[in-house]
Amino acid sequence: MAAIFQGVGAAATLSSSPSNSFVPKKFLTSPRRSFCVRKVPSSVVVRSDGSVNFDLNSKSRRAQQLVANAVATKADSSAASSSSNPGHELLLFEALREGLEEEMERDPCVCVMGEDVGHYGGSYKVTKDLAKKFGDLRVLDTPIAENSFTGMGIGAAMTGLRPVVEGMNMGFLLLAFNQISNNCGMLHYTSGGQFTIPIVIRGPGGVGRQLGAEHSQRLESYFQSIPGIQMVACSTPYNAKGLMKAAIRSENPVILFEHVLLYNLKERIPDEDYICNLEEAEMVRPGEHVTILTYSRMRYHVMQAAKTLVNKGYDPEVIDIRSLKPFDLYTIGNSVKKTHRVVIVEECMRTGGIGASLTAAITENFNDYLDAPIMCLSSQDVPTPYAGTLEEWTVVQPAQIVTAVEQLCQ
Amino acid sequence: MSTAFSAPNFSTQSLPLNHTSTTTRDSPLVFAKPTSQFLRSTPKLRLSSSSKLNLSRRSGTVVAVSDVVKQKKSKSTPTLLITKEEGLELYEDMVLGRAFEDMCAQMYYRGKMFGFVHLYNGQEAVSTGFIKLLKQQDSVVSTYRDHVHALSKGVPARAVMSELFGKTTGCCRGQGGSMHMFSREHNLLGGFAFIGEGIPIATGAAFTSKYKREVLKEADCDHVTLAFFGDGTCNNGQFFECLNMAALWKLPIVFVVENNLWAIGMSHMRATSDPQIYKKGPAFGMPGIHVDGMDVLKVREVAKEAIGRARRGEGPTLVECETYRFRGHSLADPDELRDPAEKAHYAARDPITALKKYLTENNLASEAELKAIDKKIDEVVEVAVEFADESPVPPRSQLLENVFADPKGFGIGPDGRYRCEDPKFTQGTAHV
Repeated sequence: MAAIFQGVGAAATLSSSPSNSFVPKKFLTSPRRSFCVRKVPSSVVVRSDGSVNFDLNSKSRRAQQLVANAVATKADSSAASSSSNPGHELLLFEALREGLEEEMERDPCVCVMGEDVGHYGGSYKVTKDLAKKFGDLRVLDTPIAENSFTGMGIGAAMTGLRPVVEGMNMGFLLLAFNQISNNCGMLHYTSGGQFTIPIVIRGPGGVGRQLGAEHSQRLESYFQSIPGIQMVACSTPYNAKGLMKAAIRSENPVILFEHVLLYNLKERIPDEDYICNLEEAEMVRPGEHVTILTYSRMRYHVMQAAKTLVNKGYDPEVIDIRSLKPFDLYTIGNSVKKTHRVVIVEECMRTGGIGASLTAAITENFNDYLDAPIMCLSSQDVPTPYAGTLEEWTVVQPAQIVTAVEQLCQ
Repeated sequence: MSTAFSAPNFSTQSLPLNHTSTTTRDSPLVFAKPTSQFLRSTPKLRLSSSSKLNLSRRSGTVVAVSDVVKQKKSKSTPTLLITKEEGLELYEDMVLGRAFEDMCAQMYYRGKMFGFVHLYNGQEAVSTGFIKLLKQQDSVVSTYRDHVHALSKGVPARAVMSELFGKTTGCCRGQGGSMHMFSREHNLLGGFAFIGEGIPIATGAAFTSKYKREVLKEADCDHVTLAFFGDGTCNNGQFFECLNMAALWKLPIVFVVENNLWAIGMSHMRATSDPQIYKKGPAFGMPGIHVDGMDVLKVREVAKEAIGRARRGEGPTLVECETYRFRGHSLADPDELRDPAEKAHYAARDPITALKKYLTENNLASEAELKAIDKKIDEVVEVAVEFADESPVPPRSQLLENVFADPKGFGIGPDGRYRCEDPKFTQGTAHV
């Protein structure tokens, strides 16, 4: 999907509209193209869905760009990108690596621990070549003992280092739940504020392509009640790098949720140093009729559905909440006050997921602004089946999102 | 217990692994030959020579320590293991531990503290023997039975007592309690309620020490970490995982097992397929030592060697201290399962009495000096209780503080709630 969608007239929007509380202008080198009707200065954005957009002033041209599949791995032709757009193009896992590498260069206390992060380069290549550059102790290949090496990371964080612990798959961190819940989350408080735990725990989760039940888990719902940890989910190369850097620099323990299917997204990101605030949501597409809240991979399903909705005449506002704990109630609230209708699209299970908490939070804070009950679309409460068709039906598909919005906006 | 680990006994007698009865079968193993001699519990030393067979090549030096100790004892004019100052320091520390714990029990029954309180009576030799050899920058990680580890590491008795009373002047501002003693200043990394939870933390602290030396190039960083835990923990996965990692990366850590034979009501013999815990060290490539944990001088000798190994970068050591807790598992434990004869046997080997005897017999200190220390400690503990009594309870505003180090989203706003609950919080306040 395209990079950050922007509101009215690229440059002007960021300063004027209060609802655009995503990355401040100073961090962007060039304006991103708008998805909406308004005219934008000619610029080129290489979209990670494989399509390239030049300046777009006509509705008709926009209508032709229906995305074939939500997540594409096809690399975009570099010939299409104009030289007026500085920055460099890379895939999401490379963006994560870049962020990690920059932080490791900046601060010698940053280190990485995990299975196969060193010599193997990471099972998703996020730490490729880092061990060659920084050494085997800084990029530590651990034995297969999640509970213990996560605890080791926490102990190291308490005594002065800033470890980044990688779970090869988020699901494996269930084995580390003892350490994450009891120690990572609680020790700052239990010690009366004496010990900080600036650890980052990251890994790919979510439903992939027929990986089976145990490799397709969404742990954000299990971790969300742990007091003392902060959770963020990245969805584009831009915010992946930004969130990685912000998480490493943060004094809090942060869990960074990546998604197995998003690692090959391509995007052009700025050359200079930037971070994404950990507690802020991202305005993906401003709109007027309905607020669609989403995160991680579902962002792309939502954007696909948004295209269909736009063709049908709706104007959805899409917000990638990014921060799973705490919720960015400011951005979300402003959106609710504008549109009065909310659809939450998430990949978590129906029971006790992020969507459930978000529904409760919005109802508690913005009940007066809602014209209709919040619709929460989540995955089915089922262990993810292996069969492709069944797996497709466990997660929310764009067609369901379109139906839900139509239903809500009647 | 002393003969339970003697090689001859084990090889000839079938271990009661499949037994259904509880303590009665255990007892004969425990004190078939009670030793009353303080410094000459020879079955122990016989054990160490047989244990040599179990140790890898690297552990040869450490076994020698016990043998050296044995040789020292057999000389006609014994060379002393400690100086007078050291002896008095050890005595004072052990008496402080004992007096403090006794006062804790009193205070608990008077309703000044609540919850689970686990007392360390009887095990003082292990804490004193090890921790008194450490520097301030060395780290100690403990379990829920952590009051005395905190005291030995240097946390003031007032801070510990306040913490137990739940007052805001406690070492953790009253937020930790009995089972979570932390002190940044003294490098006490806790206090953990679940067993085995602290061992990875200790491994991490040792990792930091190695990292500082090798990556950050602080060449003189030789900080050592001690991880204390019990016999029950030695059947837990985290124990084995950390033994593996520590030996693999030669981390400067000493794993100290306080084997008091009982995990609440579960006898070590009933829970463990091979009750000789020290043997599990060589399986991972580190020396495994067994020492009489009721004898502070023996513990100290072994500790010196193990800590020295770690400081020199030679890697971890597993030390099993055979010890005993005189009280129940916690103040809520009726302690019905343990055989009174077993308790009496160990009460006769009280480490404080033994050290007192050693000091007086070797003319290192007089009765009067030791009594003066007793009195001084009583005062310290009294003052600690008074201080705790007079300290304020935490105010309501303290509830949500310290949940996050970086409170941008989770700090307390002007209305007293988490800032992120205020819908306006990202406006300007959430930027890094």
